[in-house]
Amino acid sequence: MTTPRPETLAKLTPVLTKRWLSPDAWRIGTYEKLDGYAALRKALKAHPDDLIQLVKDSGLRGRGGAGFPTGLKWGFIPQGDGKPHYLVVNADEGEPGTCKDLPLMTHDPHSLVEGVIIASYAIRANRAYIYIRGEAVHAARRLRNAVNEAYAKGYLGRNILGSGFDLELVVHSGAGAYICGEETALLDSLEGFRGQPRLRPPFPATHGLYASPTVVNNVGTIASVPYIVLGGAAWWKSMGTEKSSGPMIYSLSGRIANPGQYECSLGVTLRELLELAGGMQPGHNLKFWTPGGSSTPLLTAEHLDVPMDFEGVAGAGSILGTTATQIFSDQDCPVYATYRWLEFYHHESCGKCTPCREGNYWMVRVYRRILSGQGTHDDLDTLLDTCDNILGRSFCGLGDGATSSVTSSLKYFKQDYLDYIEGRTAPKLSDKQLVGAH
Amino acid sequence: MTTTVFTDETRARAREIVARYPADRSRSALLPLLHLVQSEEGYVSPAGVAFCAEVLGLNKAQVGAVASFYTMYKRRPTGDWLVSVCTNTMCNVLGGQEVYDTLAEHLGVGHDETTADGKVTLEHAECLAACDYGPVMTVNYDFFDGVDPQTAVGVVDELRAGGRPTSSRGARLCTLKEMAIQLAGFADEREGAVADGVPGEPSLRGLRLAQEHGISVPGFDPNTPIRSGDKPAPATPAKAAPTGSTAPDVPAPDRKSPQLRTAETRQPDAKTAVPDAPGTKVPVDGPAPGPRDAQTAEAAGVAANKPAADAKPAGDDAEAQERNLREAESTGRSGDQGSANDKGAQK
Repeated sequence: MTTPRPETLAKLTPVLTKRWLSPDAWRIGTYEKLDGYAALRKALKAHPDDLIQLVKDSGLRGRGGAGFPTGLKWGFIPQGDGKPHYLVVNADEGEPGTCKDLPLMTHDPHSLVEGVIIASYAIRANRAYIYIRGEAVHAARRLRNAVNEAYAKGYLGRNILGSGFDLELVVHSGAGAYICGEETALLDSLEGFRGQPRLRPPFPATHGLYASPTVVNNVGTIASVPYIVLGGAAWWKSMGTEKSSGPMIYSLSGRIANPGQYECSLGVTLRELLELAGGMQPGHNLKFWTPGGSSTPLLTAEHLDVPMDFEGVAGAGSILGTTATQIFSDQDCPVYATYRWLEFYHHESCGKCTPCREGNYWMVRVYRRILSGQGTHDDLDTLLDTCDNILGRSFCGLGDGATSSVTSSLKYFKQDYLDYIEGRTAPKLSDKQLVGAH
Repeated sequence: MTTTVFTDETRARAREIVARYPADRSRSALLPLLHLVQSEEGYVSPAGVAFCAEVLGLNKAQVGAVASFYTMYKRRPTGDWLVSVCTNTMCNVLGGQEVYDTLAEHLGVGHDETTADGKVTLEHAECLAACDYGPVMTVNYDFFDGVDPQTAVGVVDELRAGGRPTSSRGARLCTLKEMAIQLAGFADEREGAVADGVPGEPSLRGLRLAQEHGISVPGFDPNTPIRSGDKPAPATPAKAAPTGSTAPDVPAPDRKSPQLRTAETRQPDAKTAVPDAPGTKVPVDGPAPGPRDAQTAEAAGVAANKPAADAKPAGDDAEAQERNLREAESTGRSGDQGSANDKGAQK
């Protein structure tokens, strides 16, 4: 493997990942030796409003996909309203392609716990929940262990470090539903209901968990907070771009030499990421990729130099999402890839909204027909028409996300569809899969 | 009615679970309680549903509606070893589909089916959040990375022969029932299990590359003051809310296309209006429910609180639509339009 050039290596910004190579960083003793809980001590001496302002000044934006400014979100929590406030961490990582939060919670769970305590202090919450994906069992083991250690050391519980601030933190395992990564569905699930999204407004900032003011933040967002408290807003902004500050964990998977987690300055390009990851696998040429998971429109080899920050990717017609960069080559079929993603959305649609529930069901069947060599030209119009009827017509973003790969693959790879329809590509699915398709 | 299937230990654990949540919000304990009954029976049986209902003062339909929504609650007896093969796009193109097909043929079972000896349940899973290790499968949710048909068959054969293969990054394997106790929120009490598992190389690649080349982020000073000197923090952060209005300020219908409006709601940025930002006093909802609201509703029974298909009180949507209409009509007008029966307030 050739060594990346120095200017490319300089894009690496190990911040959230920096303890992962230290064995036992998940133990509180090791964590404390590596700056652990120093940010908490510093934060508890400050006024909560100053912490909110600090996070605003840092420009930190949500790491869960939408990129909403975190400080602004915290500032929306009404203060002095006499209601209990809640912090809920969204650790329900499940977007296809996304795999950054599980290693963080497995290798450095205390950074999340410390972030939770600081964020709760800032928004004046005395109860916090980490809603972790059910299947993430090893991350949950380490996280529960970290919470117990933090209680034992007086970082959680009553009168934390003599500050007078109380916080109870519960790690709550989900039970296998992608939709619970959507913040209002997550809140319903946490309240003991089926995980289905709520109509907004009202937003969780005023009517969240138990109809009280609630901040819902992603794991990466909250784990960033201790570093901002220690290093300051200016240091944080020394990474990333003007509107997308800080480091971001890019999760590279697929047809590349060295898939894995690469924490880089926001705004790095795929060309640079590929250089860091040793390039494509031998015999593979880049054909299409997702910048931030399967809910973000596909990009192609034309987009190698798009800056991967919130604005740059949006400018290229896609979404930065969770920076889950899935890389596919000329040996992969975009029609089949889209079909598999649609199977996912069909399975995971919670069923609340008809356009998403029915639309995905029927699109899966259209794809099966195309892939079994029995598609028609009209099917392509049917797909686009169905997407039109899903996009923007459901409560949450799941349906919108489902249409991303359909419309973008039809935009860039219509020929691949036509090759199936016109018999130039051998069918990928057998007739047996066609049962139920009309 | 009292269910007698469950042991005293399970009942004690149930009390411990309920105690984690605010006293008047015990329903939050439902998901962990469903994991708990699986830890004793291996699946969510009618008795398990009844037990959860009894503990939380719900009816069985309410519990059943929740249990049937989530994939990890099994509706039939399940093997000691749940083998889940990821067949979502990335693992699929890297070979996950062949792994699944081979296992299905080798075990003679299909999706969500258990071998005749009752040991192994096979399922194909959607993305397991380990794409950099693909194709992956899990046994009772602990990872086996980069599997091919041959290694996967080796793992299930070892399981059926009574062995316990070592997962790639997780803890030593435990049975599905033992795992369900952890999912209910209890620590893994096996000596050393938390320490098990070595970090996988893909997780470390970026960091290792940075370390090999001596790269770190310069300028990090842990003593940087929290308050920046030239920008003192305002006392009321609520002032930063972009609306500043005292009225519901989503002027709907507006000239924006539904797509644009949806896109803004889904992907808000600093410029996006937040209609219920604090300080705006938007009467979108009534006051927060008193702790007894839920109990009163429970006491009033089905007549006053008809369960909808999703186990939530019926009529939520009508309320929401009415509220939207009110908001649409009341541009600039503010008043007490809230209703204590609004969706948010009802729970």
